[in-house]
Amino acid sequence: MSSAANGGRARRSRGPHPPSAGASGQRAWFHKPSVVPGFGLTFGFAVTYLALVVLVPLGVLLLRATGVGWSGFVQTALDPRTLAALRLTFGASFAAATINAVFGVLLAWILVRYRFPGRRLLDAAIDLPFALPTAVAGLTLAALYSRNGWIGQLFAPLGIRIAYTPLGVGVALLFVSLPFMVRTVQPVIEEIDREVEEAAATLGATRLQTVVRVVLPSLVPAMLTGYALAFARAIGEYGSVIFVAGNQPYVSEIVPLLIVFRLEEFNYPAATAIATLMLLISFAMLLFVNLVQAWSRRRFGYGS
Amino acid sequence: MEISVRNVRKDFDRFPALHDVSLDIRSGELIALLGPSGSGKTTLLRLIAGLEFPSEGQIFFGAEDASARSVRERNVGFVFQHYALFRHMTVADNIGFGLTVRPKATRPSPKEVRRRVLELLDLVQLPGLENRFPRQLSGGQRQRVALARALAIEPAVLLLDEPFGALDAKVRKDLRRWLRDLHDQTGHTTVFVTHDQEEALELADRVVVMSQGRIEQVGTADDVYDRPASPFVFSFIGQSNVLPVEIRGGSALFGGTVLGAAAEPDGPRRMYVRPHDFDMLPEGEGGLAGRIVVARRTGGSRFCTVDLDGVPIEIELPHDGSAVRPGDRIAVRPRRWTLFDNA
Amino acid sequence: MAAETDTTAVADRGAAAPAARRPRPVTTETPLTRALLLAVGLAYLALFLFLPLAAVFTEALRDGLDGYLASILEPDTLAAIRMTLLVAALAVPCNVVFGIAAAWAVAKHEFRGRSLFVTLIDLPFSVSPVIAGLVYVLLFGSSGVLGAWLQSHGITVIFALPGIVLATIFVTFPFVARELIPLMQEQGTGDEEAAVSLGASGWQTFRRVTLPNVKWGLLYGVLLCNARAMGEFGAVAVVSGRIRGETNTMPLQVEILSNEFPLSAAFAVASLLALLALLTLALKTFLEWRYGDEMSSSQPGH
Repeated sequence: MSSAANGGRARRSRGPHPPSAGASGQRAWFHKPSVVPGFGLTFGFAVTYLALVVLVPLGVLLLRATGVGWSGFVQTALDPRTLAALRLTFGASFAAATINAVFGVLLAWILVRYRFPGRRLLDAAIDLPFALPTAVAGLTLAALYSRNGWIGQLFAPLGIRIAYTPLGVGVALLFVSLPFMVRTVQPVIEEIDREVEEAAATLGATRLQTVVRVVLPSLVPAMLTGYALAFARAIGEYGSVIFVAGNQPYVSEIVPLLIVFRLEEFNYPAATAIATLMLLISFAMLLFVNLVQAWSRRRFGYGS
Repeated sequence: MEISVRNVRKDFDRFPALHDVSLDIRSGELIALLGPSGSGKTTLLRLIAGLEFPSEGQIFFGAEDASARSVRERNVGFVFQHYALFRHMTVADNIGFGLTVRPKATRPSPKEVRRRVLELLDLVQLPGLENRFPRQLSGGQRQRVALARALAIEPAVLLLDEPFGALDAKVRKDLRRWLRDLHDQTGHTTVFVTHDQEEALELADRVVVMSQGRIEQVGTADDVYDRPASPFVFSFIGQSNVLPVEIRGGSALFGGTVLGAAAEPDGPRRMYVRPHDFDMLPEGEGGLAGRIVVARRTGGSRFCTVDLDGVPIEIELPHDGSAVRPGDRIAVRPRRWTLFDNA
Repeated sequence: MAAETDTTAVADRGAAAPAARRPRPVTTETPLTRALLLAVGLAYLALFLFLPLAAVFTEALRDGLDGYLASILEPDTLAAIRMTLLVAALAVPCNVVFGIAAAWAVAKHEFRGRSLFVTLIDLPFSVSPVIAGLVYVLLFGSSGVLGAWLQSHGITVIFALPGIVLATIFVTFPFVARELIPLMQEQGTGDEEAAVSLGASGWQTFRRVTLPNVKWGLLYGVLLCNARAMGEFGAVAVVSGRIRGETNTMPLQVEILSNEFPLSAAFAVASLLALLALLTLALKTFLEWRYGDEMSSSQPGH
C-alpha cells in the first residue's frame, strides 16, 4: 500500500507544465522547470551584464598577457623593482593579515562574549574600514603616523619612522584588512554551544585549556577564510597605501602602484604582466577559501 | 560517593529556580530527577555538577563540602542533552580529552590514554570507531561516546541531562536497558534528569519527583506510583481521576453514594483514583452509576470515559468478552484510592 | 557578572573561609582576564579606527569653519563633488538592476552551474581596484582593443565619464546581488508560486510579492554599493586621467589637494567623505537592528 502511494507521488510531476521531449527536455537539463516566470529574461540579462562588465575585460587582460609571451613575462616578473614591490606587498600583507588574525579573533570574542557599555557602537565601528574611502584613510593615517602626527611623534624619539616607510604600508594594510577576520569569526563564535565549553570544564580542563584545545580549533576554518580574505584585500589595496608609503622604488613601492606607473609610461606589456600575476594570485586565494569551506563542511559539518 | 544536597536555594536574576531543596543520594545508586519542564530538575543536576552555584545551601560529596569547589575539581562525569562532543576531534580524542588535560604529574602517557580509550569504546560497545568524527556517528552512537568520555575521568558521580531526549523511540528503549546494565556493571553513583516517567520508573532505583522548584517526593517506583505523597505526584505519574468526596462518619461519599471506609475526620476531600482501580458492578449493586461516553479497546483492556452526572472519569476495565458501547449505563466502584485535602 | 553577584551574596551572609574562593561560571574568563582582553581590544581599535576618524575632522577644521567652507566651495572641489554624485547616480542603479535580475535567476530557479555563477558575481571583490581600472584601459584606451574603433567614431571612454562609471560599476558589482541572493533563497519560492497560481504576471509577482519581502535587504545592498561607489579611488584613478574640474571625483580631489598647501583643504574634502561613511554605518546599523530578521545574515563585506 505504501509503495503504491510512493509510486503515485513519484509519477506526479512538479509544476503545471510537465517537461516534454525535445526542446523543452533540453531546457530541463539546464534549467529545472518552474512555475515562477522570468528565468530567461533575468538570467540572460545577468549573464550578459556579468560578461560585459567583468568577464570580457578580465579576459582581455589575460589575452594581452599571452601577447607578452613567456620570456617577457618572466623578464617583467624578475625585474628587481618588481621583485622588491612583490616582496613588500606580500610581506606587508602577510604581516597585516597575521596581526589582524590575532586582534580580529580577540575583538570578535569581546563583541560576542562580553557585555559592556558602548558594545553596539564598537560593533558598528568595526565596519569603518569598509565604509571609509581608502583615500581618506590614507590621508589621515599619513597625518597621524608622520613624524609630527599624534602617533608618529611618540615613535620619532625612538628613531622609528612609520609614515613614508615600509612600516607605513603595514599600517595602511592593518587598517583596511581589520574587519575581515572579525566579521568571519564573529558569527562562528556566536554559534559555539556553551555546553561544549561546560563539557570541557567537567572533564577537568582549565579555562585556558578549554579555549586553546576546544574553542580555538573550532574557529580554525573561519580563521583561515578570514585570513585569506584579509590577505587578498591587502595585496590589492592601493588607495590608502600610496598616501602613507612614500612610494620610493625598491623601498616602499607596492605592486598596484607599480602597475599604475607602468601604465602611465604606456608600458602596457609590463603593466599587463604584473597585473596578470596578481590576478592569478587573487584567484588562488579565492580557490583556497572555497576549498577550506568545502573541506570543513565535509569533515566537521560546519563551514564558515 | 554519597552526595548530599542541603537546603539549597537557587535564584536566577531574582527568579527562584529551586526553593530549599534537600536530597541524599546513596553511593552506587541510580537516581532519576523527574518533573515537567521548569520544575528545576536540570538546575539541580547542574548544581551538583558545579556548573551552577547555589544562592544558599550546601552540597556535600561524601563528608566534604563541595559547594566551593569548581566543576573542574569536583570530578563529575556529565553527559549533556545534546552530547556536546568536540566536533573537530575524533572519537578517540573526545574520550581521551579528560585524561590529556590533567596536570603533568597525574597525566597518563599517550599510550596509556590510548589503551583506556579503546577499553571504554569496548565498554560502550563501539569498538573500531575511534577514528571517526562525531558528525559521522548516529545519535545513539554519539550518546555512547559522550558517556565514554564522561566515564574516562573515573568520575565520583555520573550526571546525565535528558540522556535519551534527542533519540528516537526505538533507540531510546534499547539504550535505556543498556544504561541500566552498564550501571550495574560499573557501580557509579548516577543521577539522570528526565521528563519521561516511564523512563524514570523503569531505570531508576529511586525517583525524585520535582515540581516548581521543589521536591515533591523521593521514592522507589512503587512508592511514587502506589503511595504518591501529593496530588501533583499522583496526577503527574500515571493516569488519574479526581472525585470531589465528602467524609462523613468514617465513610467516603460521592453525591450521597458510599464508596468505602475512610478513617479520617469529617469534611470535603479530593479522591484520586487510577483508571485501573475501578471495579464494574453488576446492575443493582449500587456504586457510581454513569453512562459510557467513549469506549476504546487497547490490547487486553478497555478504556472508557464515563459520565457520572456531569463528572467525567476514565476507567480501565479488563476485557472479558462482554461488549460495552457508548450510551450503555454502567455502575463502578473504586477499589483503591488516595485522599487529599482540598487545596 | 554572575560571579560578582555570587561573591557579594556570600559576603552578605558572612560565610566562612570557602566563600573567599567562590567558584565562577565555567564559560567565561576571570574578571581580570576579561578586563585585560577588553583593554587590549579597545586600545587596538582606538589606535587604528577612532584616532584616524578624530584626526580627519580635527585637521579639516584646523583653519576654522570659514577656512573649511572656503575649501569646500572651491570650484574644482565643487566640480569633484558633482562628479562623484553623478558617477554614483549612474553606477548604482545599473548594479541594482543587475543584482535583482541575478538574485531572481539564482534564488527562484534551479539551473546547472548556479554555484559557478554565484562565484563569478563575487569575482570583482578579489580583483585589485587598480586592475579593475587597467582592464578598461586595455579595452577602451587609445591603444586598447577597441581604441581605434572608438576614436574613429569620436567616442572617448578612458579619461572621461564613461570610463569612470564603468570602473565604478566593476568594483561595486557584487554588493546588491550578494545581499539579495541569500535573502531571496531563504524566502523560497512559495509566495511567488502562490501569486502566479492566482493569475499574477511575472512583473506583478515581483513588484507586489517579492519586492516587499526584500526591500530592506535591497536598501542595505544599495547603501553599501553607494558608499563604495562614492569612495572608490584606485580603479577610478587609473581611468580618470585626473583632469581638474572635469574628471576628478572627490577621492581623487583629496589626493591632488594632499600634495598642496594647506593640507586642511584635502582634509575638508576628506571630512565630507568621512561623514558619508559615518552616515552609511549609522543607516546600516539601524537597518540591522530594526529589520535584521528581514535581511539575510550579514556576510563579511568588502
